[in-house]
Amino acid sequence: MSRPETTAPPEVFYSETESKKYTSSSRIQHIQAEMTLRALDLLALDPHQHILDIGCGSGLSGEILSQEGGHVWVGMDISPSMLAVALDRDVPGDLLLADMGAGIPFRAGSFDAVISISAIQWLCNADTNTADPKRRLARFFDTLYAALRRGGKVACQFYPRDDRQVEQILGAAKTAGFAGGLVIDDEDKKKNRKYYLILTAGNITTNDINLKGVKIDKQHAARRTSKKNRKEESTKEYINRKKELMRKRGKLVALDSQFTGRKRRPKF
Amino acid sequence: MKLLTANFVQCSVKACSATPKCFPLHFDQQTADVPLELAHEDVDFSPEFIYNILPRIDWPALLITARELGNNMLPETTPEIENPNAPENEQILRDLHTLLLETQIIQGSMRCENCNHIYFIRDSIPNFLLPGHLVQ
Repeated sequence: MSRPETTAPPEVFYSETESKKYTSSSRIQHIQAEMTLRALDLLALDPHQHILDIGCGSGLSGEILSQEGGHVWVGMDISPSMLAVALDRDVPGDLLLADMGAGIPFRAGSFDAVISISAIQWLCNADTNTADPKRRLARFFDTLYAALRRGGKVACQFYPRDDRQVEQILGAAKTAGFAGGLVIDDEDKKKNRKYYLILTAGNITTNDINLKGVKIDKQHAARRTSKKNRKEESTKEYINRKKELMRKRGKLVALDSQFTGRKRRPKF
Repeated sequence: MKLLTANFVQCSVKACSATPKCFPLHFDQQTADVPLELAHEDVDFSPEFIYNILPRIDWPALLITARELGNNMLPETTPEIENPNAPENEQILRDLHTLLLETQIIQGSMRCENCNHIYFIRDSIPNFLLPGHLVQ
């Protein structure tokens, strides 16, 4: 998978030619529409809401917001060329040229919901010598929290480079006061895996979010095996468990074979 | 930019966001190279949306913005609407719809009262990118 984040800053990468290419590609249009619909599905919004689209680009996701439920939306993006394409396409929403890492320029309680499709992974990059991803993430989530009304919801689809980026983004969101977590679609297919960050501002019940069809990770759901259970395991199981643990920590571990965990014969 | 959005945007400088002066942005100083230009753009009328958003509109700020844009006709207080589908309320909802959603600011400039930074609007897109010295 190619990563535009590693190529150039967003306002440089999405140049005039790249913006046109991006918007006219039917494959990208299809994927963007699919992800927007999925994000809306997770948010389970009432009709006629005021929505912010972060990284709206040429308005591919915004058009769906207007079609589904008659929402009124405001889009912000850092690439002038992308916004120019959006103007040409005559999208119904308002457009804003702004950098999400410098803060969301809206007063408290402006929006009912925020949606962002394939954008927030850009925050993990330091494009200039003064940009600090940690501070940009913190500023982004702080101002995002403020711009939402209490009980407002956020759905961000993003492409993390590795688990560390996921942790960084989730940590920044939690620090800003959001509740919520990660929904991963198509987890077993590495290429099609989609990450959705689902957050709520203020205390509301989880019933407000449509979690139908979402699998809760067994590792997180099940508590650690109790001490009692551990005593009952055989030596072989114990060795296998420890080897698995070391492998997860990235240690070099001998391969499993039929002799693993077996006793040596007395006549060796 | 719609007048509705103008009622929500504030200065994006970090030092300003702690002060009450960062909102609303003022249209009182216009420059010669980007003169103020307004336009009417038809948008589908949805009474439910206007009804939903009305309590969250900062009416005093809307009055200031409208006055700076040359409209002194607005009432001093927020119009109260109990039922969005009642026929007697339709005219007022339509007026609000025309004001908030159909009035577009095509170009002009907005000023933050606290730091005096000017945000330019061109082709109805306001530019909120900050110069290096204002980013923190």
